[in-house]
Amino acid sequence: MGKYSLFNLIRHGLSYHRDWSKTWRNPEPQPSYDVVLIGGGGHGLATAYYLAKEQGITNIAVLEKGWIGGGNTGRNTEIVRSNYLWDEAARIYEFSLNLWNDLSQQLNFNLMYSAKGVLSLGHTLQDMRDISRRVNANRLNGIDSELLNADQVKKMVPSINVSLDSRYPVLGASLQRRGGTARHDAVVWGFARAADALGVDVIQDCKVTGIKVQKGKVTGVDTTKGFIKSAKVGVITAGNSSVMAKMAGFRLPIESHPLQAWVSEPIKPVLDTVVMSNTVHAYISQTARGELLAGAGIDPYTGYAQRGSFSVVEGAVAAILGLFPIFSRVRLNRQWAGTVDTSPDACPIVGLTPIQGLYFNCGWGTGGYKATPGSGWVFAHTIANDKPHRLNQPFSLERFTTGHLIDEHGAAGVAH
Amino acid sequence: MLLIPCPWCGPREENEFTYGGEADIVRPVEPDSLTDSEWANYLFMRKNPRGLHHEQWVHTFGCRQWFNVQRDTVTYQITATDNLR
Repeated sequence: MGKYSLFNLIRHGLSYHRDWSKTWRNPEPQPSYDVVLIGGGGHGLATAYYLAKEQGITNIAVLEKGWIGGGNTGRNTEIVRSNYLWDEAARIYEFSLNLWNDLSQQLNFNLMYSAKGVLSLGHTLQDMRDISRRVNANRLNGIDSELLNADQVKKMVPSINVSLDSRYPVLGASLQRRGGTARHDAVVWGFARAADALGVDVIQDCKVTGIKVQKGKVTGVDTTKGFIKSAKVGVITAGNSSVMAKMAGFRLPIESHPLQAWVSEPIKPVLDTVVMSNTVHAYISQTARGELLAGAGIDPYTGYAQRGSFSVVEGAVAAILGLFPIFSRVRLNRQWAGTVDTSPDACPIVGLTPIQGLYFNCGWGTGGYKATPGSGWVFAHTIANDKPHRLNQPFSLERFTTGHLIDEHGAAGVAH
Repeated sequence: MLLIPCPWCGPREENEFTYGGEADIVRPVEPDSLTDSEWANYLFMRKNPRGLHHEQWVHTFGCRQWFNVQRDTVTYQITATDNLR
């Protein structure tokens, strides 16, 4: 694999860019591995990368049923932030946000991480009380967070309508300046390429059809490309986590919902930050290509179809147009949905399972993208040491039995 | 958008309804004798199947009746309803 550098760009330019090596190998599976990871999304590939880089385990397969970048990682709205309410959640998201800083350099792949700021609007007095509580909690945890009034919001985003006569009057907002966006496709490609370079087999078009368990221990997985033996199996399959758990014989507190997003036609730069609102369940930013990228909350019913109901799009678009009347004549180009794994407390489940050697990383629901590097880091630690890292210790499956839930519905809200 | 056949009002658009989650979860008869893991099972664990799902809906902006629906979570096709009477 050639390093991406200015020197190599010029060198390959001399041969008309015909000799670049493939971004990653596309191997067939070996009969056995030290660790098999099910799910080649951002979290799965990050896990493989950190297992190889930080834990020294390189005999790994990542099994992806489709293609790299075809799942939720390529379907979210790219938002990165860490302004969560509770200590446990704040710690893991903040750890992740810090990893984003030099991730492009680490992976030698331009992730286009841009700390353009994330505004979270408040429209009612109760919104503002919740927002100031969250801002204060963030600051106590050392996370940058500011409380803005409507004038300050208007100054930062001149195109927004803060009139008190509007459908959703803007009373203020919280602002995390270090939050922003990173290009989602680049994140999976970058992790896949970097993991591959460390010797990880990234196997596409390989669907897992069964998880083999003997005497309470995992022994391997059945796939469409045959049986693969492994004493350690990590499952990072987001919306399909319940299906995987059923194969291993237990249930999860997870429900899979469609989550929709869309982009407009490209327009000139008009919005240089991320604007989200829990109350109207919408969020919007502008991509480097100029498209307005927006999304809604989950569709109410469970579904695995990667499509949702138009009424959800319509509701979120109507709310966004209330905030940004300037966008009323912009046309939408594409619309899509991912399948998100929502948990009862809007927090992930990362850790051990009732089966020895089987680890689950799921339940990130609507907000897992921002946590991609941190999630991979702690999950790699968990798999390598057979015990959770201190950051994911609170996010065990047992918390639903002990009652130690971490209610992040407010901070998780929207913005994915 | 789903077109949901309300057993009382006939087919209506999805936004008239509210989703009620998995159907047939039986409320514990003797809650005092339940262990923590039985509580976890009842409160949080869900089948969440990829395929046929038995679920509850209520016709909020219609007859306001609860009913059960059998729906495929991949095709979204509704194959049966039960008016719970």
